[in-house]
This record gives sequence, C-alpha cells and structure tokens, in this order.
Amino acid sequence: MTSIIEFFNALGKYDFLQSALLTAIMVGIMSGIIGSFIILRGMSLMGDAISHAVLPGVAVAYMLGINILIGASLFGVLAALLIGFVASRSKIKTDTSIGVVFSAFYALGFILISMAESSTNLHHILFGNILAVSDSDIMTTAVVLGIVILFVVTFYKELLVTSFDEVYAKTYGLNVQVIHYALMLVLTLVTVSALQTVGIILVVAMLITPAATAFLWTDKLGTMLILSAVMGVVSSMTGLYFSYTFNWASGPAIVLVAALLFALSFIFSPKQNFFKLKRSVSR
Amino acid sequence: MLTVKNLTVAYDDTPVFSDVAVNFNAGKITGIIGPNGAGKSTLIKAILNFIKVRKGNVDYNGQSIKSVQKQIAYVEQRKDLDLNFPIDVFDLVMTGTYGKLGLFKNPGKLEKQASHDALEQVSLNEFSKRQIGNLSGGQLQRVFVARAIVQEAEIIILDEPFVGIDLQSETAIMNILKQWRDENKTIIVIHHDLNKVTKYFDDLVILNHGIVDFGPANEVYNSKNIESAFSADLSSVLFQEKEGVQ
Repeated sequence: MTSIIEFFNALGKYDFLQSALLTAIMVGIMSGIIGSFIILRGMSLMGDAISHAVLPGVAVAYMLGINILIGASLFGVLAALLIGFVASRSKIKTDTSIGVVFSAFYALGFILISMAESSTNLHHILFGNILAVSDSDIMTTAVVLGIVILFVVTFYKELLVTSFDEVYAKTYGLNVQVIHYALMLVLTLVTVSALQTVGIILVVAMLITPAATAFLWTDKLGTMLILSAVMGVVSSMTGLYFSYTFNWASGPAIVLVAALLFALSFIFSPKQNFFKLKRSVSR
Repeated sequence: MLTVKNLTVAYDDTPVFSDVAVNFNAGKITGIIGPNGAGKSTLIKAILNFIKVRKGNVDYNGQSIKSVQKQIAYVEQRKDLDLNFPIDVFDLVMTGTYGKLGLFKNPGKLEKQASHDALEQVSLNEFSKRQIGNLSGGQLQRVFVARAIVQEAEIIILDEPFVGIDLQSETAIMNILKQWRDENKTIIVIHHDLNKVTKYFDDLVILNHGIVDFGPANEVYNSKNIESAFSADLSSVLFQEKEGVQ
C-alpha cells in the first residue's frame, strides 16, 4: 500500500511521471478502440504485422529528422498495400503474404536502426520507455488520439458494416478497400503512439488484449469500443505503476496487466460462461 | 426487366458458362435451379458486379446494372458470417438503410421506424435486442430478409434462402417474396429443392453451364429439361412420382 501512496506522491512531484500517465491514458484509449475493429475483422495477425512493419519508417524518420509519424505511416501503409497486392495477385494466402512482407520490413528496420544508432535507442523502440516521453511526444499522441476518435465517429457505420458483412457492404456500392486501407493508416498511427508505452514488439498486445477482454463482456459494438478503451487505460495505468515502483520495463508491465484482466474476464464473464461450460463437459 | 445479354464468365481459362441470355421479369418470383457447379452463384455474382465478366452485359430497364446498384438487395448465404459479432437483431436490420444514407449520415428516426416495421413483417420484433448468434437458422434468415425490406430495393436476389430453416420461417419468407411481387419488384431466388419449384416460382431459369431453358415455371419444369440439366434418373423419379400422385 505504501508504494501506491508513494506513486501518487511522485506523480504530484515529477513532470516525467505526469507525462507518462497522460501518454498511457491516451494510448490505452486509442489502441482499445482501433484494436476492437482489428479483432472483429479477424485481422490480429495483420495488426501484429503492421506494428512491426513501421520499424524502418521510424529509422528513416530519425535519420532525416522528420516526424516519426510520417515515416512510420509511410512504411505501415506501404506494408499493408504490399500484403494486399501479393495476396490478391497470387495464389498465396493472406497470412503467408503477411508473414513474408512484415518480416522483410522488420529486418530492414533493424539494419536501418543500426545505421542510425547514434541518435536512437533500439531497446526503447522495441520495448517502450514510457518514463521518457517528451512534450512533443505528448502533442503527437494527442493528435493521433484526435484522429482516431474522429475517424471512428465519422465512419462508425462503415466500419461496423465492413467488419460484420463485407459482401453486403459491396452490394450497396461501398468501397470496402478504401475503408480497409484507411483503417490500416490509422492503425499505423496508433502503432507509433503505442510504441512509446509498450514498444514495437508488444504493440499487438495493446491492440488485441483489451479488445478481446471487452468482447467477453458485451454483445454491443458501441459498448465494446468503450469497454476496450477502459481496459486499455486501466492496463496502461496499472502497468505504469509497476514499471515505476519495481523498475520493470513499461511495455511488459502493461501487457501483463492487460493479460491478467483478460484471464479474469475469461473465467468470470457471463458471456464466456466458463464454469457452465466446464460443468456441461464433465457431465 | 433485368436483362442478361451474351454473358460469358470464366475463372482462369475454363468458362463457367458462355453466351448466357436470360430475362428476369418485374412482378415475378424467378427461381434459378441447376446442379452443383452449374454456375448459379456465378450468374448472381455477375449480376451483382462482384466478378469480371469476359463478355456480355447486364442491364435493368435499359440502364447498366452498375448505375442502379443501390436498387439491388442481396440476401447471401449465411454460412460465411461471424455469428459472434457484437450486433443485435435490430442493428443488423438497420444496416439495410446504410446504402441509401450514404457516407456521413447516421440512421435517424425514419430509419429506426423502418427497421422496426420490417422486423414486425417477419414476426421477430420480440427478438430485436437479441445478439444474432442466439437465433435459430430460420430466425436469422428472416432477419436478413428484414434487412432486404428496409433497403427498399427494386431487385431482390436471394441465394438458397430456404436451406436449413424451419417451415414457419420458410412460409414467412415466402409471404414477403409474394408481397414484393405484388409491389412489382424483380425477385430472383437460387433454389435447390426441386419439389417446390412450381409452387414457389412464377418463372424458372434452368441452368447447367448455360441456359437449359427459361420461362413460366409450369411450362419449363418438365422431364426433358430436368433430364438435360440434372440426370435421367432424377427426372424419372420426380416426374413418375408426380404422375403417381395425380
């Protein structure tokens, strides 16, 4: 208990901790929302791929001194397009196409990062370092959060219908490809923000785990989005506390909390019906 | 009238069918029958503009089908859908209004009322708050028919709507189809159960890698056509039975 009080005392004293908390909250919200659509569309692997594929973009941005969002979204969207291109122009299945493209991007990213080594810390990019976010990072994250909310509010019905029933959306003339690639673009922006809190390797956990947890509790998409954002925020804040108190890397701390919330929901959610299922199997 | 002219569709190099020409009349329920792989779904996909056609075209009252895309409602087979999706019956029916609403407009009072009315027509109002995975196959099919109702389309295409559903749902759906017919809409149904062909359909298209025959159901549904589309065995079984009953 004393450590929690200490944490709040420190929160009052240190700017860096306040920045970290603010970033954690914003990233929790955006990844929860976008992650919901990712899991409902059966695109968890795609989410993982895009989050890894931004690495060369991050490196290039450092090298050229441009905003990291620009570099990352360029490579993120390029990877999404390439994955779609390979899958649609060959008999190769989408998951294979994803595997080939994202690993290549990731590999390229490593080499570029090592070339730009002097100005970047690979460890922080890979595992996150939420205690070192700058004011400009916070601004960037706030802008991305704004974009995410605007995107989802504006295109809610299109995101809903293409996630649930793409064939139907096509029959009434909706351009489902545009929706798909717009979502991929927003996903890359979220990835870049989440990279600060959990790092590239664990971004996928922030996208998928809170959304999966929320899915276990509700049958309404709107509720799922909100609940998923709440799960993301709770995980991020609690993870930050552990990270500060025990000096753990912030990424793994946040992701473990998210996983714990999932595990509890898996056991206790009425929709999941874990106990009933078990009983009926044993009968 | 929906007119298909000289339509040729091929996957890779083998044509599914060549030079198909057929008309679908307004104010009629038209059934499409044929053996598996005869090209029934392919014909529908071509009409819906889902696949590239090698030759020919489809038009509706002289306009290209692409220009009247919002006038088509399609009730697809249910098997490919994620029934665990967090959506309830009412919200699913309301997606039927999305096409007419277009981008940047959200469903309002009018759309909600239309969805409510459509659910009433298929007698599912009491299920409106239920998650779609908790419905029987027949109830779910009625929900999709309700979505087609709110689309207010002129052309309605249904892909095997009666597969695996209860009799009550089948009757309810048939009643909606008849209602659409009375409103002079064009209704196209891919069908597999040969027994009810003449009972359900006004017109019939018999397909087997091309048109075997089409016209009024009670004229084209005969032993010769069934024999050439399916097999002599099936034809003799179906039509002997019929004579036996009479």
